Amino acid sequence: MTDLPQEPASRRVDRAGVVIALALAAVAAVLVWDSRQLPATTMYGMGPEVMPVVIAIGLGLLAIGNLIDALRGNLPPRESADPKAVLLILGGLALLIAIIGLGGGFILATSALFVTTSAAFGRRAILADSAIAIVMTTLIYLAFDRLLTLSLPTGPLERLL
Amino acid sequence: METFAALAHGMAVAVQPMNLLYALIGVFLGTAVGVLPGIGPALTVALLLPVTYKLDPGGSLIMFAGIYYGGMYGGSTTAILINTPGESASMATALEGNKMAKAGRGGPALATAAIGSFVAGTIATIGLAFLAPWLVDFAVRFGPEDYFALMCVAFITVSATFGDSPIRGLTSLFVGLTLGLIGIDKLTGQARLAFGIPELLDGVEVTTLAVGLFALGEALYVASRHHHAEEKIEPVRGSLWMTKLDWKRSWKPWLRGTMFGFPIGALPAGGAEIPTFLSYSTEKRLTKHPEEFGKGAIEGVAGPEAANNASAAGTLVPLLTLGLPTSATAAMMLAGFQQYGLNPGPLLFAERPDLVWGLIASLFIANVMLLVLNLPLVGLWVKLLAIPQPWLYAGILVFATMGTIAAKPSVVELSMLAGFGVLGFLMRRFDFPIAPVVVGLILGPIAESQLRRALAISLGDPMVLLQSPMSATLLGIALVALLAPFVLKGMNRFKASED
Repeated sequence: MTDLPQEPASRRVDRAGVVIALALAAVAAVLVWDSRQLPATTMYGMGPEVMPVVIAIGLGLLAIGNLIDALRGNLPPRESADPKAVLLILGGLALLIAIIGLGGGFILATSALFVTTSAAFGRRAILADSAIAIVMTTLIYLAFDRLLTLSLPTGPLERLL
Repeated sequence: METFAALAHGMAVAVQPMNLLYALIGVFLGTAVGVLPGIGPALTVALLLPVTYKLDPGGSLIMFAGIYYGGMYGGSTTAILINTPGESASMATALEGNKMAKAGRGGPALATAAIGSFVAGTIATIGLAFLAPWLVDFAVRFGPEDYFALMCVAFITVSATFGDSPIRGLTSLFVGLTLGLIGIDKLTGQARLAFGIPELLDGVEVTTLAVGLFALGEALYVASRHHHAEEKIEPVRGSLWMTKLDWKRSWKPWLRGTMFGFPIGALPAGGAEIPTFLSYSTEKRLTKHPEEFGKGAIEGVAGPEAANNASAAGTLVPLLTLGLPTSATAAMMLAGFQQYGLNPGPLLFAERPDLVWGLIASLFIANVMLLVLNLPLVGLWVKLLAIPQPWLYAGILVFATMGTIAAKPSVVELSMLAGFGVLGFLMRRFDFPIAPVVVGLILGPIAESQLRRALAISLGDPMVLLQSPMSATLLGIALVALLAPFVLKGMNRFKASED
C-alpha cells in the first residue's frame, strides 16, 4: 500500500501536510494528558475520561493517515495566497478584541474591523471607509439597543447617543 | 388522518398574524443574506441566530424556517447571476444557470429555479408531514444504544462516505468531536479541556464555531486569493417569464429532482450535493436538447434546483423526528432549537405539537411567500449583488462579530471566534470539508451521553450495543459506510492500473 509505481515522480513531500499531521498528533496528546487529570469516579459504565481517549486514538490514526497523504504528495493543489490580506483582517480582529476588552465600545471596535477588511480587499480610501463604517455601526447599535433591546458593549461613542 | 388534523392545527398556528409576520421577515432576511455571494443557508441561520434569542420560541422557529428556505432561494440567484455558488448544493445550478444568464436568458433561469423550488419544497414538505409521525412512532421505541448507533451512522455518512477524501472528512469530524469535549461533563460535573479558563466551562458555542468557520474563514480565504477572482454579475435581460416551451421542458425535471432530493435528504446521508448532481446527470441523459447542455439548458437548472430544495425539506425529517442534523444548515437549525432549551425528537412531537406542526405548516407558507416575493423583487436582489466586494466582506464581518459581541462580549469568546476563523481559512485552503466539524461539535456530546446512558443501564457491558437488533444493524451500516470509500478507491485504482 505504500509503494505505488504509477505515481508521477514529480510529487514531493507536502510540508504543510506534515505540519497538519503533527498538529493532529499534538491535539491527541493534549486529550490524553487532560483525561489523566480526571479522577475515575464512575462505579460502572463509562466515566468522563473514556471518550477523550477514544477521540485521541481516532485523531492519532488520522494523523498517520494525513502523514501518509502528505509524504506521498497526495494533497489537492493549492493556489498562491496573499499573506498581506490575511494579516490585515487578522489585525482587524485583534483590534476589535482589544477595543472591546479595553471598553472602547461596539461602534469603534466593529468600525476598525470594517476598515481593515475593506483594505484587505484592496480599497485604499481609509477615511471614506471609516466614515461609512461609523455611520453603519452606529445605526446597527441604535437598532439593537432601541428595537431589539439587546445590549451591546458601550464606550465613549455610545454614551453620546 | 391524524396527520391532517395535526397539520390543520399547525396551519391555524402559522396563520396567526404575528407568525405570518415572522415568516415574512424570515424569508426576506433569508433571501437577502442568502443572495450575498459566499454565504449559504447555514451561515445565514448562524448570523441571524443571536438576533433572535430574545423572541418567543414559536415565532422565531418559524422565522428560522423562513430564513432556511429563503437562504436556499437566494443561493440559486447568486449561482445563476454571478456563478459563485454560496454552497456546494448550488454548484449544479451554477453550471447551466450562469450560462443561461450569459446568453440573456437569466430571467427564465431564475423563474424555473424559483418555481421548481416551490414545487419541490411543497411536495417535500408534504412528504415531511406524512413521514414524520410514522418515524416518531418508530423512534419512541429507540433506546440510548440505538440512538448512539444512529449517530455513528450520521457521523460516518456526513464525513467519510460521500466526500472527496474520507481521511480529510474524518479529520474534520474529529476536530468537531474534540471541540465538543470542551467544558463541564454533564453527567459528572467534571471539567474537560477547560485549562482553568472559566469561559470554556460552558463549552464551545455552536454559533461561535459556525460563524467563525463560515463567515470569517470564507472572508479570509476570499481575501487571500483576491487577485485571482474577478466576479462578473450577469444583468437580467429580457423577460422574466418562462415561455410555454420553458414550462414544458421544466416540469418533469422539477418532479424528478424532487424524487432525488427528498429521500436522499431524509436519509442521514448528509447534504444536498449528491441529489443535485444526480439530478443534473439524469437531466443531461434524458434531455431532448443534448446540444444545449454546457451552454445553458433549462433542464439543468430546473432539476438540480428542485433537488436542492427537496433535500432541504428532507433533512428536516431526521432533524425534527430524531434530533439528528445531517447537514451544516440542519445543525444550525438544531442550535436554534437548543437556544430555547428545546430538543427535537419524538418527545417534542408529544409535548409541543403546536410548535412542531406550526413550524411544518409555516414551511408551506414560507414557500408561497418566496414564490410571490422572489421574482418581483429580483431587481432588488441584483442590486445587493452589486455591492463592491471590499464593503460586502467588511459588512459581513461586522455582522458576524456582532452576533458574538451581543451574546458574550468577552475577550475569550471573541478570540475563539477569531481562532475558528483561522481554522476555517486553513481548512478551505487545504480542502478539508467544514460541515463535519459543526455536526461533530453538536452531535458529539449527545452521542457520548447516549452511549454512557446505555452502558450505565447495562452495568458497563458493551455487548448492549450488539444485543439490540436496531443498534447492531445501524452499527453494521456505519461500518460499511466507513469502509466503502476505501474499498471503492482500491477498486478504482485496480481498474486504473489494468487499463
